[in-house]
Amino acid sequence: MARKSPEPLLWLLFSAGGMAAALLVPVLLFLFGIAFPLGWLSFPDHAHLLSVLRHPVTKIVLFGLCVLCLFHWAHRFRYTLYDGLQLKRLSRLINVFCYGGAVLGSVAAGWVLFGV
Amino acid sequence: MNRTTRTTRPALYRKPVPIFWWLHRRAYLVFVLRELSSVFIAWFVVFLLLMVGAVADGGDAYERFQDWSANGWVTGLNAIALLFVLLHTVTWFGLAPRAMVVRLRGRRVRPRSIVGLHYVLWALLTAAVTWLVLSG
Repeated sequence: MARKSPEPLLWLLFSAGGMAAALLVPVLLFLFGIAFPLGWLSFPDHAHLLSVLRHPVTKIVLFGLCVLCLFHWAHRFRYTLYDGLQLKRLSRLINVFCYGGAVLGSVAAGWVLFGV
Repeated sequence: MNRTTRTTRPALYRKPVPIFWWLHRRAYLVFVLRELSSVFIAWFVVFLLLMVGAVADGGDAYERFQDWSANGWVTGLNAIALLFVLLHTVTWFGLAPRAMVVRLRGRRVRPRSIVGLHYVLWALLTAAVTWLVLSG
């Protein structure tokens, strides 16, 4: 049997991540990263945010978003290093860094989100 | 290895590509900037988890997070990140009709409609998230 390549799975994660990031990251980054800190809108109060974050649907959605975003990053960043910086000869190291980073980041995301 | 074998073995000639090849043309530059948007998407994950962790740790930690996020460098970084993420969103939606060919009743759905539907979905989700966050 031919050895299966992980590439199709990685491409799938890449595109799912691209879609999730395109749809959800702008609004979250705008609210929490810019509008609240600059005082354009006031920060939501702690109790409300906690209750939103404790809802299982929120946890699952945010966990999915984090995992997909990280694998999206891993895939694109890998090719940025391969093509942009001409580092294809270091591909093994780059793969470990990118996909290993995405796996560790996903574990961290699960730890944080399901610990709320 | 002796010298004769090295010189007689044919080697593939590959034209060397300069490291900054992508600065020579606008389309290439946009391509590389789009690739770099992934770094800011990863930063967003870090930022989101810091926020969630702070909320989980209680009101004091959440207030410290608020103060920290108001630092000039953090807001600056987030503003740059937002620009990159928007570049990602717009280019991603723009490519969608090429990535998916949808057929309805035997007819191909027009690419413009596919792009439009993405923007509608984006608007709906943005409104839903904003409502959920601000409704408290």
